[in-house]
Parts: sequence; structure tokens; C-alpha cells
Amino acid sequence: MSDQKKTKRRDFIFTASYTLGVVGVGAAVWPLIDQMNPDASVKAHSSTEVNISEVQPGQSITVLWRSKPVFIKRRTEEEIAKARQVDLKELKDPEKDEDRAKNPEWLVIVGICTHLGCVPLGNKGEYGGWFCPCHGSHYDTSGRIRKGPAPTNLEVPKYEFVDSNTIKIG
Amino acid sequence: MKNILKFIFFVTVLTTTGFGSIASEQSQKLLNPGWSFKGFFGKFDRSSLQRGYQVYTEVCAACHSMKYLSYRNLAQQGGPEFSEDQAKIIASQFEVIDGPNSEGDMFTRPARLSDNFVGPYANDEAAKSANGGAYPPDMSVLVKARKGGASYIYSILLGYDDPPPDVSLEDGVYYNTYMSENKIKMPKPLSENLVQYSDGTQATEEQMAKDVSTFLAWAAEPNLEQRHKMGFRAVLYLIIITILVYFSMKKIWSRIETDV
Amino acid sequence: MSDHDYTPKSKFGKWFNDRLPLLTLRSHLTDYPTPKNLNYWWTFGGILTFCLIAQIITGIVLSMHYIAHADLAFASVEHIMRNVNYGWLIRYFHANGSSMFFLAVYIHIFRSMYYGSHKSPREVIWIIGMIIYFIMIMTAFMGYVLPWGQMSFWAATVITNLFSAVPLIGESITNWLWGGFAIGSPTLTRFYALHYLFPFLILGLVILHIWALHVPGNNNPIGIDVKQPSKDTVPFHPYIVIKDLFALLVFLLLFVFIVFYSPNLFGHPDNYIEANPLVTPTHIVPEWYLLPFYAILRSIPDKLLGVVAMLASIFVLVILPWLDTSKVRSAIFRPLYKQFFWFLIADVIILGYMGALPPEGTYLLVARVATGYYFVHFLIILPVLGYKEKTLDVPLSITEPVLEGSTNQSLGERANQ
Repeated sequence: MSDQKKTKRRDFIFTASYTLGVVGVGAAVWPLIDQMNPDASVKAHSSTEVNISEVQPGQSITVLWRSKPVFIKRRTEEEIAKARQVDLKELKDPEKDEDRAKNPEWLVIVGICTHLGCVPLGNKGEYGGWFCPCHGSHYDTSGRIRKGPAPTNLEVPKYEFVDSNTIKIG
Repeated sequence: MKNILKFIFFVTVLTTTGFGSIASEQSQKLLNPGWSFKGFFGKFDRSSLQRGYQVYTEVCAACHSMKYLSYRNLAQQGGPEFSEDQAKIIASQFEVIDGPNSEGDMFTRPARLSDNFVGPYANDEAAKSANGGAYPPDMSVLVKARKGGASYIYSILLGYDDPPPDVSLEDGVYYNTYMSENKIKMPKPLSENLVQYSDGTQATEEQMAKDVSTFLAWAAEPNLEQRHKMGFRAVLYLIIITILVYFSMKKIWSRIETDV
Repeated sequence: MSDHDYTPKSKFGKWFNDRLPLLTLRSHLTDYPTPKNLNYWWTFGGILTFCLIAQIITGIVLSMHYIAHADLAFASVEHIMRNVNYGWLIRYFHANGSSMFFLAVYIHIFRSMYYGSHKSPREVIWIIGMIIYFIMIMTAFMGYVLPWGQMSFWAATVITNLFSAVPLIGESITNWLWGGFAIGSPTLTRFYALHYLFPFLILGLVILHIWALHVPGNNNPIGIDVKQPSKDTVPFHPYIVIKDLFALLVFLLLFVFIVFYSPNLFGHPDNYIEANPLVTPTHIVPEWYLLPFYAILRSIPDKLLGVVAMLASIFVLVILPWLDTSKVRSAIFRPLYKQFFWFLIADVIILGYMGALPPEGTYLLVARVATGYYFVHFLIILPVLGYKEKTLDVPLSITEPVLEGSTNQSLGERANQ
């Protein structure tokens, strides 16, 4: 066998081994990484049902969904009107209130400040909504950021009315 | 090379004849109807699993809990594979204790997919006292907790017999050919047509025993099918890369003129 | 370390290497002259390193999900098996990895004994190895307790109860170990902490083990020193690296086969029953790799002496370099020693079988004879063989053939230096 042919054969076997080796190592490493992803039991708790029959107009309750606080607020006519009258140009994160609360009486938002994660306080702040004491973010009656360092509006999770007394979040 | 093969053979013989087998006390050879999930390409029989679930729920669940299973497992791949809706309906037939509510009280609600199987008793002590002092074991991993696995469960279910004349049994103790010391505190659970299978299969004792043992085998090893599938790929991959590396090794060592 | 002149190619490499000579170290390891006649029994060191790292990685990953409390441990393991992504795979890998680790370590130890790797000047390597083995045993023992099954609980009870055999302070020591008056949650949490720690001690000792090895260099199948490195050795990379890799792949084939197709082969069904302090299993047995010690322990009717015998069975291994008095290293040239070596293997396997059986009647008798023979091998047969055995002539070098079939005894003896 000529030396050149020998070199070619030798390189092929090495390249093939290396490539297959890398594939194998990748396949072996993946489970070690994926095990840190949410496991099946955590994923199973991805929705929560809440009974809202006792919530009065103007009242807000806080429930846990996926280990996070969610504010469910039954808004008064005033609060709804205030939210709908806001000019979108004034908003840091423009969003229509109609898009955030399909049923205007009920506002369902994740109670985690979009700045650094503190839980804002209800019925506080200059815009009639929530106020985050950590760094002074103000949210309005639609949960939108109006003043302060938070970059985006309070998140609206996926939710639906199972019946007139129950909201299913997630 | 020869030494390696000798070594592998030696180890395989040792491990497969198994230290376990010599410590065997099994006086009776177990009944074995053949299991679809055994062997390298073993899979669970879906309909058998669904029938087995029916037997578990209607017969065994009166005394035996299955606390490590969730209702959502009934819909996952590799198992009975009920549809998610069917599994939701199954779950909703059971009541779960939840709470405390905002008043501080515990309350009951229908089970959801995310809940674990509701057991028949509040705790182990209640289970024991309701069964003559004998605790009906939780069945989540029972098949792995008994030597002989599914065949053992199957044999016990079919192994009830009249005691031989020289053996007397206390109240609440029954004779079973396959139990150690031939005694069991569980009365014979199965009888012909005890369950009406929703798929119309004839519910003979053997059929029910086989189905419920299959179900229990799945309950103990819900990932069996994925394990077999991955295993095939892993072993195939290793064989291929071992061959490639073997030739790489030969190529490299050929650089030395003489082999000692 | 041999005087090594390595100059890094890059400027950054030079700068860094002057401050922390990692590149010199790497060059030493890749160039390390290894006898070229090593056979496959020498690949188990590399396999063991893989096993250690695999156990550490799978162990750390499992510890992200495991809960070390008596009420939650068993459930947390089931959670790993059922809910954690690939949890079943990582758990089975770790549990069977322990068995594979011991399989490899036994082969490695017996290889050393056969070829005389425990003899001068490698005594310290051997002793460090024995310390590693001892810590492995403790690690595996504590690891087996963690799933909190019936075997976990009761094996822990039996073994920790042995400490009460110590005169006067025995009971205090046992309660100190337990953190209570019986095995319980305090025991479990401390076993978990130590089980996590010990593998890193092993890792450190393995580095010392390899360092000590690199002073004289590897032994080889014919047991004689390297005479001319250029003729007798090959650089570790790529020759030994590729050979170790091939052997590791064959080992992995077996390992992976067991993990995917028979993952509970080495386990005991009773360990899938939750620990119950009020019910003892009919037969308490440790994992297979501890069975010979278990047999020795139970063959002595006295509790304290049983413990002493069990510890002595490891101690005789530690002092083996001084018990084996032969000047010839490799069993290839020691026909009598070779026979007795295989008898020892058979003896250890018999002890293992007896360890799994109840210590009654014939089984107990066999265990006692096998225990006696074990000590006779190390304390009587080995020292005597060293003096009395007529060894075969040993070649002059690894590559040089024996000088024209000369059977000159003094030539042979000279070659042994």
C-alpha cells in the first residue's frame, strides 16, 4: 500500500472515530443538562383554578400560580374607564386595556414587578394601580408601567373563565 | 484481545447466573404466562394495561394504595395511554383532601391529572387495622420489590389452594402455593368474571391476573419502553464506535515495528 | 518527575506556564514513557478514573433532586425515577456504576497482585490504592443507605451495630455514629453529607496514586524494569490513550447493557420496600462487592473478633508488599505462586457466595474454611513461597530476547534488579 493511501485511510478512521465520539458525548451530556429543566410533576401543576365568587368590586385577591403571585382584581367602573382613557403614546410599553382584560371587570395579572422581581403593593402609587416599593415603579389600573424603572407592563398570563365563578390560570 | 473476550464471557456468566439465584428459597417454580414487556424489544400491551388498570381500580384499590402514581401517568406515552380527557374523567371520580382554604379549613375536591392516586386509607395504621393487622403493601413498585416480579404477582393471584391435611391455618390466614411458608393474609381476590372488561375480553382469573400484573409492572417501571428504545441505540452506537476505535488503535500501533 | 524541557508555543502559553506549569504537566503526561508490552489488564486504571468521574457527575446531578430525610428519601428517589427528565437513566447509571466501579477495582487489584505491582519500589502506590479502596467501601456503604429501603436501613443497622463490639466505649461510639439510639433521619443526613464528600477525597488520593506511579513508572507483564526507554517504552499519547479508550468502550458496552436491559440485576428486591424499623428482612445482605467481607465477619462466632477478622482481611492486603517476599515480580515466572493466586481468587469467590447465604450448617463451615484459607494465603503461603519457590528465568529486558536460551540462574537474578 502506498504511503499516501495509508495516510488517507488512517485519517478517515480517525475522523470517523472523532465525529462519532463527539456525537456520543453530546448524547451522553444532554440528559445531564435536561434533568435540570422543570420535571413532569412541576409541569403538571402548570394551571390553577380560582374561585372568584366572593370577590367584591374594587377588591383584589392574590393567588399562587406556578409558585408565582397572581393578582385577580374586580375593577370598578371608574377604574375601567380610567384604564381605557389612557393615550397609548404616554405608555412606555403601549398596550390597550381591551387587549389586557377581555372581560373589563376582571384584571388578571402576574404580581411580579418587571424590573427586578419584587411584589408590588395594591391600591398604591400615583396611577391608582400598584406601586413597587423596591425601586419605585408605578402601575396603572390596567397594570401598565407608568413611572419608574420597570421596562414592561405586568404580565397577563393565559387564563379563561371556566364558568362565571371560576377562572383557570395557565 | 482473546483475554478481553475471556473476561467478558467470564463476567457475563457470573452476572447472569447471578448471586441472587443461589440465595433462592423459592420452593415452587413460578407460573409464567409470557410477558410482552420482557426481552430486549419488550413493550407493554396497551389494552392489557387498560384492562389491568380496571382490575386494579375495581378489585385491588379497595385495600392497596399506589401513592407514587399520578392520574396524568395514565395518559403518558409508554403506559395504558388513555387519552388526556379519559384520564381527567378517571381522576375526577376520586376525592382528594386539599387546603387549608382562606378560612383555615381542609376541604375535599375532585382529583385532577396532577394529583397522585388516592389511596383507600388515611394512613398506614388505618390500613393495617382494617386488614387484621396486615398492611396491604402499596403497589407503586411492588413488582420490583418481589423476587420474580410480574410472574410472582401472577402466581400469587392464581396460587390459592386448599391447605394440605397436615397444615392448619389461623383465622384470616389463607394457603397459597407461592408465598414463603405458604401463608398469606389476603383472601383470594380474583374470581371468574369479577370484573366486566370494557373491551369485552373474557374476564377469566388467568386473564385478570395477567392484566393486573402487567399493569403493576408498568406502574413500577413506567419508563421501560423508553429505556429499551434508548438502550438499543446506545448499544448499537457503542458497538460501532468500539469497532472504529479498534481500527484506529491498530493503525496507531502499526507505527511501532515490533509487537512484544 | 523526569526532567522535562517543555517550551509552550504561544506567548500566552509561556506567560501562564511560567506561573502555573500546567502545560509542562500536560506535556509530561502525554510523553510519559509507558512499557510497550502492557496487556489489557493494565487498562483498568483508566477505566477506574472514568468510573470515578461518572459517579461524581451522576451523583451531583442526583443530589439536585434527592432529599435526605427519613420521611422523604424513598419518595424523592421515586420522584427522580418518574418525574425528573431522564432521572431513571441517571439513577440506574449511578447505582450500577457503583457495581461496575467495584468490578473494575477488583480486577485492578488482582492484576497488581499477579504481576507484582505491589512490590518494591511501588509499595506506596499500593498503600494509597488500599486507602482508596477502603474509602470506596465506606462511600458505597453510605450510598446504599440513601434510598432508605429495607436493605438500606437494615444493612446500616447491622454494620453500625458492629461498633458496639468495641470494649467499654462501643455503645457510645455507635450512638455517636447514629446521632440517636437507632438508625434514623440524623444518620441519613450525615451519611448523605459524607457520601458527597468522600469521592473528592478519593479523587485527591487518585492524583497522589498516579503521581507516585510516575516516579518509577508502570510495571509490566514480565515484571522487569525498563532498561532502554527508547526501545522498551512508547509515549502515553497516543499509544496508551487509544488502548485505554478501546478498553473503556468495551467496559462501557457491558455497563450500558446492564443499565438499559437489566438495571436491577445487582440490586435486592427488598430495597424497593420502604424502610420499616419494626420489620427485619428475612436475609440481610450487602451489595455483592461486600459479600466476601460479610462472610468473613459472620464466620467468627465472637462479635468483636468477627469485626477484627473483617478489618484484618483488608489489613493483610495493606502490608502485602512485605508479606510477599519473592524477589521476582511477575507470576509469569512464578509457577507455584501462580497456582496459589488462582486458589485465592477461587477462595474470594467462594467467600462471596457464602456471604449471600445464611450462615448455617454447611454454608457456615465452608465460610470458615475459606476465611481460614484467606489468612493462610497471606500470612503463611506468601512469605514461604518467596523463599522456597524456584522461579523461572526472567528475560533481560522487555524487548531483548532471553540471551540464547541461557538458563544461567545468576543472569536471571541479575535481571531482576
